[in-house]
Amino acid sequence: MATKLRAQTKRRRSPTSERRSVQLLMIGIAVAFMAVVLVLPLYAVFHEAFSKGVWAFFAALGEKDAQAAIRLTLLVAAIAVPLNVVFGLAASWAIAKFEFKGKAFLITLIDLPFSVSPVISGLVYVLLFGAGSFLGPWLKGYGIEVLFALPGIVLATIFVTFPFVARELIPLMQDQGTGDEEAALSLGANGWQTFWRVTIPNIKWGLLYGVLLCNARAMGEFGAVAVVSGKIRGQTTTMPLQVEMLYNEYNASAAFALASLLALLALVTLVLKSALEWRFGEEIAAGDH
Amino acid sequence: MEVRVQNVRKEFDRFQALHDVSLDIRSGELIALLGPSGSGKTTLLRLIAGLETPTAGKVFFGDTDASEKTVQERNIGFVFQHYALFRHMTILENISFGLKVRPRSSRPPAGEIRRRAMELLDLVQLSGLEKRYPNQLSGGQRQRVALARALAIEPAVLLLDEPFGALDAQVRRELRKWLREIHDRTGHTTVFVTHDQEEALELSDRLCVMSQGKIEQVGTPDSVYDHPTSPFVFGFIGESSELPVTVENNELWVGGRAIGIPAGDAQPGEARLFFRPHDIELVEADASLAGVVSTSRRVGGTRRVELEIGGGGHHVEVDLPFDHPAGEKTRLAFRPRRWKLFPAK
Repeated sequence: MATKLRAQTKRRRSPTSERRSVQLLMIGIAVAFMAVVLVLPLYAVFHEAFSKGVWAFFAALGEKDAQAAIRLTLLVAAIAVPLNVVFGLAASWAIAKFEFKGKAFLITLIDLPFSVSPVISGLVYVLLFGAGSFLGPWLKGYGIEVLFALPGIVLATIFVTFPFVARELIPLMQDQGTGDEEAALSLGANGWQTFWRVTIPNIKWGLLYGVLLCNARAMGEFGAVAVVSGKIRGQTTTMPLQVEMLYNEYNASAAFALASLLALLALVTLVLKSALEWRFGEEIAAGDH
Repeated sequence: MEVRVQNVRKEFDRFQALHDVSLDIRSGELIALLGPSGSGKTTLLRLIAGLETPTAGKVFFGDTDASEKTVQERNIGFVFQHYALFRHMTILENISFGLKVRPRSSRPPAGEIRRRAMELLDLVQLSGLEKRYPNQLSGGQRQRVALARALAIEPAVLLLDEPFGALDAQVRRELRKWLREIHDRTGHTTVFVTHDQEEALELSDRLCVMSQGKIEQVGTPDSVYDHPTSPFVFGFIGESSELPVTVENNELWVGGRAIGIPAGDAQPGEARLFFRPHDIELVEADASLAGVVSTSRRVGGTRRVELEIGGGGHHVEVDLPFDHPAGEKTRLAFRPRRWKLFPAK
């Protein structure tokens, strides 16, 4: 009897799982694909960066133009990310907590940067602020350069990274509803207190997640920034642009040294993102009401 | 504090949630807003709280017009159906929230806030749990924290929106008794919304029955149960059976037979007879309601018998003691002991 039972349990398989051989085959394909598409290139970046030794690596990073590119990238991210946090909070607050006409349209509009090619996003600003436009010369009259300068790069970056925070927060806030805010108000809290003491703590991990993705994209953006920057070496080249320029000048090891920094950023982002998902998965994907 | 709702209307996007509602709530009473979903009871509660603004009409707290005041200025305690506890705060922080957010001039010192919160925790019988977080508590415990949090600000009026709606039956009964005790001890004017008539009948001093954005009847549980003023209230509060009858010669007739019930001052013609299934007597007389048993189920200590009356396919329910010999029969004749006649639709 007992042996019979054991035999039965052995045969029994969850109805949704496959045979062992099929499982191995599928996993094998996935791993091989990842190796070719993700791991090998990453290895290549670091291998190439250190191909002339550690000393050459740090020399390439310490070079004046490389330093300028790093500073510019950090500066752009430091301006674009907080602005998009404010925008993302405002937009998701409005969408999740209020009913108004044109809500669906606003949600579509927020997604626009995802569906538009980054080159087009850059070109839009060239058309808006270029020499032949109305705004460009007018601003120039006041001494404000937009194109081929920091403001243009920041604008293009904001446009491209626009959806990250809002996209993350909208479903989260919609799911949480307005109950907690109403409770805070009924207890006498004013709008400001309610926002800082109730709303923000409820969404903080989701917000951090959005900021992380937003930041990674802001630092790594190439297409839109390439169009508006003018690529003035040491002045308007961000890290991705500098990598391309160095590479085009057959300075592969310097290019890859700088690229390895971006790759490192990507890896750190990935680790933080996974940590957030693992620890606060529920509060990021949806609230735990 | 007494609360007066005066000719309040509320529209949502052209949907009429409340039609011209007026209600006087007495100081210190526990009143239930009872009705099916969509009857406007929660809307009325939120209007009193200031979480909604009326399309027309006014709300008075005592002699002051509260209509122009914000929810913060009204000083109400609101308990939400799904508790709405702040999940990132401990139980103690939740309860003291209302005191901590006060402007510096009226905020008690930190030690005093803590002492009051601990006192309330004791009142809701959750001492020792002050360091827990809401997700570490059961539903019943969370609801008690929500009540303590609302009481912490010493509200003029306590408002509860389906306070026991999300709890299972056992916990609900316990909390009901407990809420009544708290009310008797603290004496807050309390308004609570429920769709559960048993809850309303057991807990409230008075109840306000609502349907389709209107108040149907206001009164003590006994008066509403014994003297419903509309077919809706009769059907909604307690068990009821309904039968179409004809009024003729000052008597009620069903299917061409007089049923032995005087018509009183009812107008001749069609009418609707309402009675309670348990409030009947079995009779042998000809002048009675006679019917064929279509189903017979035992429900706890009683037997609920469904009868088909006359040829019109009308069904009524009557209750018998579960061991009554008449439960075996295929035909029964009975007369309601108490009844109510309403005009035909």
